[in-house]
Amino acid sequence: MNRAFVAGVGCTDFGRREGVDSLDLMAEAAGSALGDGGFERPEIDGLLTGYSTAMPHLMLSTLFAEYFGLSPRYAHAIQLGGATGGALVMLAKLLVESGQCRNVLVVAGENRLSNPGGRESAIQTLAQVGHAEFEVPYGATVPGYYALLASAYMAAHGIAEEDLAELAVLMRSHAARHPGAHLSEPIAVEDVMASRAIATPLKLLDCCPISDGGAALLVTGDAGRSTGIRLAGAGQAHTHQHISAAPSLTEFAGASAAAGRAFEQAGRLLSQVEVAGIYDSFTITLAILLEEIGFAPRGGAGAKARQGDFGRDGDLPLNTHGGLLSFGHSGVAGGMAHVVEVVRQMAGAAGARQLARVPDVGFVHGDGGVLSSHVSLVLARE
Amino acid sequence: MQALKDHCEQEARAGRLAYQTCRRCGNAQVFPRPFCSRCGSADLAWNAAAGTGTVVGHSVLHRAPTPADRERLPYAVALVELDEGLRVMGNAGLDLGIGARVSLSFAAHGTRCLLRFDPLEQEPQ
Repeated sequence: MNRAFVAGVGCTDFGRREGVDSLDLMAEAAGSALGDGGFERPEIDGLLTGYSTAMPHLMLSTLFAEYFGLSPRYAHAIQLGGATGGALVMLAKLLVESGQCRNVLVVAGENRLSNPGGRESAIQTLAQVGHAEFEVPYGATVPGYYALLASAYMAAHGIAEEDLAELAVLMRSHAARHPGAHLSEPIAVEDVMASRAIATPLKLLDCCPISDGGAALLVTGDAGRSTGIRLAGAGQAHTHQHISAAPSLTEFAGASAAAGRAFEQAGRLLSQVEVAGIYDSFTITLAILLEEIGFAPRGGAGAKARQGDFGRDGDLPLNTHGGLLSFGHSGVAGGMAHVVEVVRQMAGAAGARQLARVPDVGFVHGDGGVLSSHVSLVLARE
Repeated sequence: MQALKDHCEQEARAGRLAYQTCRRCGNAQVFPRPFCSRCGSADLAWNAAAGTGTVVGHSVLHRAPTPADRERLPYAVALVELDEGLRVMGNAGLDLGIGARVSLSFAAHGTRCLLRFDPLEQEPQ
């Protein structure tokens, strides 16, 4: 079996990017990734994209291939909500390992914030992930669905709103070191607590912003032309679609199942992870994923954040770019940005954000739906 | 599938929450399908829930997905575990906490008949 390595990464600035559309943001990120890896367009024989809510299209991968000037022998667009970024990288790994492709470009991007209709249109579109007959008519939003599981999970495990606020504060402090972050003004727990209610118990600063942005990753079978960072393990788990049908509201075992599969394939242990990028659409999302995967005891993610365990100098530097909560969320590219950041830290290319000790093992996790679809990745320097 | 949806809507108009049980494996499902989601059997029976349950998730919305919903802000959405063991979403009173006992009613909302949960005044005998 061939082995799959990361050859390059690219990420645009996130935030409000007037006058650009999904293809522009994808092209900007893709160009950066090719430049980063020193690859030319004709060398790309595989192209993987997600979807764009701002530019719905039946064939986004080939739409982008034509626009950017690629003639891949394999093209594919995946739709798995927030798990899409991880799933694209997992598929790139499979394509390279199987010998189907040599160099696979993974790219995502959209002007989710500044597209006509903007934030309101995005909120309405995203709410449709609820069940058309049994959930959507009740007027819940995506924050509403997560608020429902937050109320259940917090009651079962003794979590206070102040605990969740710690995670928002941490993400903001990390984003302050990234010049491309959407939100970088420092915040304190009191600011999170005082921010206006969106869907109780979630407040504005418990929720990620809606951003414009793009991100890309180049995966190759040619170790000699790569960063030396291998896609060592990947795993998925899909337990439900709708929150009404989740197996449990107080445990979300899909996260630990996907992570377990990725660690097993990589031949690595959770305790070896030195940098992590974990999906943080809401503070509760991040808390549950950290606890479910095993990076924090049940109910203890906020306390560990307060102690500094997830900070730059902590045991597990987490979302050092600021995550979805502060770097920003532009759909599929938001989840891809976690992968880009983990790669940059492992490659020693994170600039002002570079961790004192360059990590050898990285972990990324994304979730789609309402903690429905899970993808985990383990990256290792070889 | 449309016939199953119509049956649920008809029952809702009569004040009943319809659900299916599998005659082969006993599984109960609240999202209607022409087969059992656990064993695949097509041998299903219709039942009606008693209409009492416990709040397992609750949120008061201050931001709405549509202009129509915006007019009724703030409103609450709840996940309720019915006494039959099924979990359903509905609108709900604003002050309900996790563990609260609730009773089900139906409210007309446009062309649909929607679930609503309010505090249970007296446990059924």
